[in-house]
Amino acid sequence: MKKNTIALSVSSGVLTCACIYTTAIAASQLSFNPQISLTLDGRYASYSNDSDYELPGFMLGGEASRGEQGFNLGHNELSFSSNIDDMFFGKLTTVIADHEGETEVELEEAFIETLALGNGITVKAGRFYSDIGYMNNQHPHAWDFTDTSLVYRGMFGNQLIDDGLQVSWLVPTDTYFKVGVEATRGARFPAGGAANDGNGAFAVFAKFGGDVGVSHAWQLGFSHWKADIEDRASGSHEHDASTIEVPTYTGESSLNGIDFVWKWSPNGNSREQNLKIQAEYFERSEDGLVVLEGSNPIEETTYQGEQTGWYLQSVYQFMPRWRLGYRYDRLNSDNQGSDSDVLMEAGLDNEGHTPERSSIMLDYSHSEYSRIRLQVSKDDSYEDSDTLVFMQYIVTLGAHGAHRF
Amino acid sequence: MKNWIQVFTFLSALFITSPLMASINVFACEPEWSSLVDELGGERVSTYTATTAYQDPHHIEARPSLIVKIRRANLVVCSGAELESGWLPLLLKQAGNINILPGKKGYFEAASMVERLDIPVNLDRSSGDVHASGNPHVHLDPRRIQIISKVLFNRLAEIDPQGKSYYQQRFDDFKQRWQQAILQWQLQARELKGQRVVVHHRDWVYLFDWLGIEIAGALEPKPGLPTSVGHLASLKKILVAQPAKMIVHTPYQNPRAAQRLAKMTNTPIVELPYTVGGSEQVKNLFDLFTQTIAKLKGEL
Repeated sequence: MKKNTIALSVSSGVLTCACIYTTAIAASQLSFNPQISLTLDGRYASYSNDSDYELPGFMLGGEASRGEQGFNLGHNELSFSSNIDDMFFGKLTTVIADHEGETEVELEEAFIETLALGNGITVKAGRFYSDIGYMNNQHPHAWDFTDTSLVYRGMFGNQLIDDGLQVSWLVPTDTYFKVGVEATRGARFPAGGAANDGNGAFAVFAKFGGDVGVSHAWQLGFSHWKADIEDRASGSHEHDASTIEVPTYTGESSLNGIDFVWKWSPNGNSREQNLKIQAEYFERSEDGLVVLEGSNPIEETTYQGEQTGWYLQSVYQFMPRWRLGYRYDRLNSDNQGSDSDVLMEAGLDNEGHTPERSSIMLDYSHSEYSRIRLQVSKDDSYEDSDTLVFMQYIVTLGAHGAHRF
Repeated sequence: MKNWIQVFTFLSALFITSPLMASINVFACEPEWSSLVDELGGERVSTYTATTAYQDPHHIEARPSLIVKIRRANLVVCSGAELESGWLPLLLKQAGNINILPGKKGYFEAASMVERLDIPVNLDRSSGDVHASGNPHVHLDPRRIQIISKVLFNRLAEIDPQGKSYYQQRFDDFKQRWQQAILQWQLQARELKGQRVVVHHRDWVYLFDWLGIEIAGALEPKPGLPTSVGHLASLKKILVAQPAKMIVHTPYQNPRAAQRLAKMTNTPIVELPYTVGGSEQVKNLFDLFTQTIAKLKGEL
């Protein structure tokens, strides 16, 4: 009798879901509303040096700066994403930031991406983070340090974001091998002017990766980017109240990069402990003309630039929630031109200085959704050495973030 | 010349896909599902398991090696109920493989085939890392495994129709052995009914629901959050008032918190295998439950 009761409980068991292809979709996703993700980022910054920021040998643009001192807001980001239908995925990310007392909404990403082309092929169109390098496609809230590396600041104005088309192919090999090309407008720094009728920049990348045993994983990437540039403006400066001179560059720009990441965690269980080592190197050649717009008479110079930069960083999560990181940055430049005074005015003279920086950070993540960070940098971007201290919070609300490699 | 041949051989070994005898490639997110697929699919399937028993399946990164494996999968078998929400969607997006997208034949979420427990009333992250679809650790109830095995067998036959009779035969065989095993386990575990056990995370809900074991408390104050000194003190209070038989944890959880509570309350700690591969003796799903019950009874 006893046996019968048990048998009954086995066969009747629990309720079955007869619906064959149904998937357990979160209640929050059952409605057709897009997934919303909101990132809040604020910091307190203290600098030992009050001079204007510069990176001798590099024309600064984009978001390249060390940020304001004191209490200020960082990269507050609102993002919507969803599958559009069975063929496309779409995403829009805006950044809400204060610039000189005014609140501005910037369009950071706005793209669609194919879901179902198959054969490892994905096509993306719109405004997106370029997939060159390792760090370029990471949102600022996913960075391991408060600021980006000097090479990204100097070469890309923090990040290469452009409007265009990307096609990537995951090659069917045993070792991870992905290649992609991007054709973009080239209107945003470090391109400029949308040369070639709005089709001025081009990128190609290849990524390899794999595991070594169960505890180690790696990825190696190669990138190339080139652009036809018309009137790329960089930071203006005033000589006296009446004249404002803006250095602009017109010509060719070509960049090559290599990036490498190695991750370790005991038994591959990254939650308890993990170590990440990452390094990237970029070199850029430019050949064209630099004009100081606004100067009278117009001052200009030919310009042949060779710039390189790299960083090496390591982040160690020594126990759940706590991570310690160190980063070293270095840049080099060798720029030539017909008029060295104009090069100097444009920030392209390296003044015999090699920009470098060392940073150390400690962060605490109460959960997957919140992080508090302390970072100290010894910054020799220019001749006057600077000590930077940041206290930062980054939190994410809404959609569950992705665990990217 | 010889060097070139060596280089070529090396590159071929790296990049050229090795021919496979099996007719379908299965990507299983966790070892319990690759084990079930092996039971049902035998020689017709080639399974790859994305995680081991020593890895927390909530916290996996979308590594390049996983992207490669999922690109060539004909079938993806995962727990679902948001257990893999940090990494599986990213893998699917990166792989560019049409056959395994959600809603397609090649996408199988085990938890959605059975009734789930712990479905939250309020979705609020101040309650910890809660899963909107309920507790995803469904494989620890053999009755639920039985239901899942039937749907999974049908799915295999649908993806590989030529093997239908083969799968049917293996499923019938598995079903018979599994039902017998369940009866035996239930008999063996009778004495566990009503016992109080402290858990690390609520991984054990389905096992305890099946065996009638009561959760005396969890080391995580809220799902996904590490334990704190204050929380251990409150657990001690509970255990002093009403002792628990043991504290259990999985191989992937750090036993430190359990050890501290064990010292404070003089309660024994037991590491349960949690999934296939969770201890040396656990080589398949049958071993998993046999070992788990023996350990709960203090026999091992």
